[in-house]
Amino acid sequence: MGLIRNLQPERSSEQDEPSRFEEAILPHLDAAYNLARWLTRNDQDAEDMVQEACLRAFKSFDGFYGVKAKAWLLTIVRNTCYTWLGKNRVHDLSTSLDEDVHQAESHVPDPQALLLRFEDNQALRQALEELPAEFREVLILRELEGLSYKEIADVTGIPQGTVMSRLARARGRLKLSLADRMKKER
Amino acid sequence: MNCQEVRILIDGYVDGELDPIRNQEVEQHFRTCPVCLTVYNSHRALRTALRTGSLYRTAPPALRNRVQSSFKPASTWKSLMGSPQWRWAAAAASLALVSVLTWRVALLPPTQTADDRLIQEVTASHVRSLMVSHLVDIQSSDRHMVKPWFTGKLDFAPSVADLIEQGFPLVGGRLDYVNGRAVAGLVYKRREHVINVFLWPSAAAVETRPLAHQGYHLVCWTQSGMTYWAISDLNSRELQEFVQLLQNQTPR
Repeated sequence: MGLIRNLQPERSSEQDEPSRFEEAILPHLDAAYNLARWLTRNDQDAEDMVQEACLRAFKSFDGFYGVKAKAWLLTIVRNTCYTWLGKNRVHDLSTSLDEDVHQAESHVPDPQALLLRFEDNQALRQALEELPAEFREVLILRELEGLSYKEIADVTGIPQGTVMSRLARARGRLKLSLADRMKKER
Repeated sequence: MNCQEVRILIDGYVDGELDPIRNQEVEQHFRTCPVCLTVYNSHRALRTALRTGSLYRTAPPALRNRVQSSFKPASTWKSLMGSPQWRWAAAAASLALVSVLTWRVALLPPTQTADDRLIQEVTASHVRSLMVSHLVDIQSSDRHMVKPWFTGKLDFAPSVADLIEQGFPLVGGRLDYVNGRAVAGLVYKRREHVINVFLWPSAAAVETRPLAHQGYHLVCWTQSGMTYWAISDLNSRELQEFVQLLQNQTPR
């Protein structure tokens, strides 16, 4: 019996699973909240999402072996948020992806003025909040979290090749929206 | 490379995700095309603005505490359920703890009030119910299913309220152990938040009292010869609203 026990894989890591879990998850809590906050656009809902996601993460922690904890947690946060959005904010998820923003972008008047517009945080925040969720999330993951295309593909479940065009559309739309605001204010 | 090709690759270029050859071709194009260069510059400016524009939302400290504390009691529980050797070690450790406590109690006046102990017990029960997929013994949103389930399992009949219309659906019921006795655990939900209500008969009369412990909100009160404890990670205002509704539906 003793021999068999000795041949079994080391189990001690399971015993301090909660602390292993804390070590893996807590460093990425800001990233989790940042993504949830930008997806739900509400403080309280974002907190709910993160808590729910941490619980889900804890339950499936057995299958997690310590690689890329951040992308793993963000994937769970994103799925939790999308389930919630599907139930509570379904209009946030429906968008038309087919318009050609590359074309539209060359119609942005006065690029120099637009550069100044970027410095208006309030306008930038609003424009970003108003983007459809699938554009908002790739910008958050790329620009605020610094994730690579591969990691963004892992988190969002879209093909790696689509990440670049999704980002292109997102940036194009964001610029257009800022330009529109500029026009209206004139 | 023409303008159209460059426009397709420009985001990959800005993000540093192109292979070296395409990278060079894009740069080559910028040297000769001021229009594409302008687009590139505005992409770069947008990136700087997004990264420096204080758009990042960090987790509120209360959330961090809540997440952190929700794994502490689970740690104790999980390790107790570990291998047999571990269980022996845990038993030995708790014996050691008991003797230390006895010694401490013998030397010092008790510092922990009965209330403190109850708050800790209720919190631990709440957290345990969330962590071990043992939220309910009987899962039903129908109080006429949940209430009879307790018959024969408890020496009292808990009253079960239906608050679904007020946004607090009943999830089910569970036997739990608090304050040295078997108690009824009723589980309600508000959005994603679980609310545990523990009740047991007692002669005490306590005013409704909101409390907080380890990032959870608690409310305790007595009504019709029962002591009630409600606990949740829900915000204090909504939990008190819940308690108010529960009190109104419970016979006095």
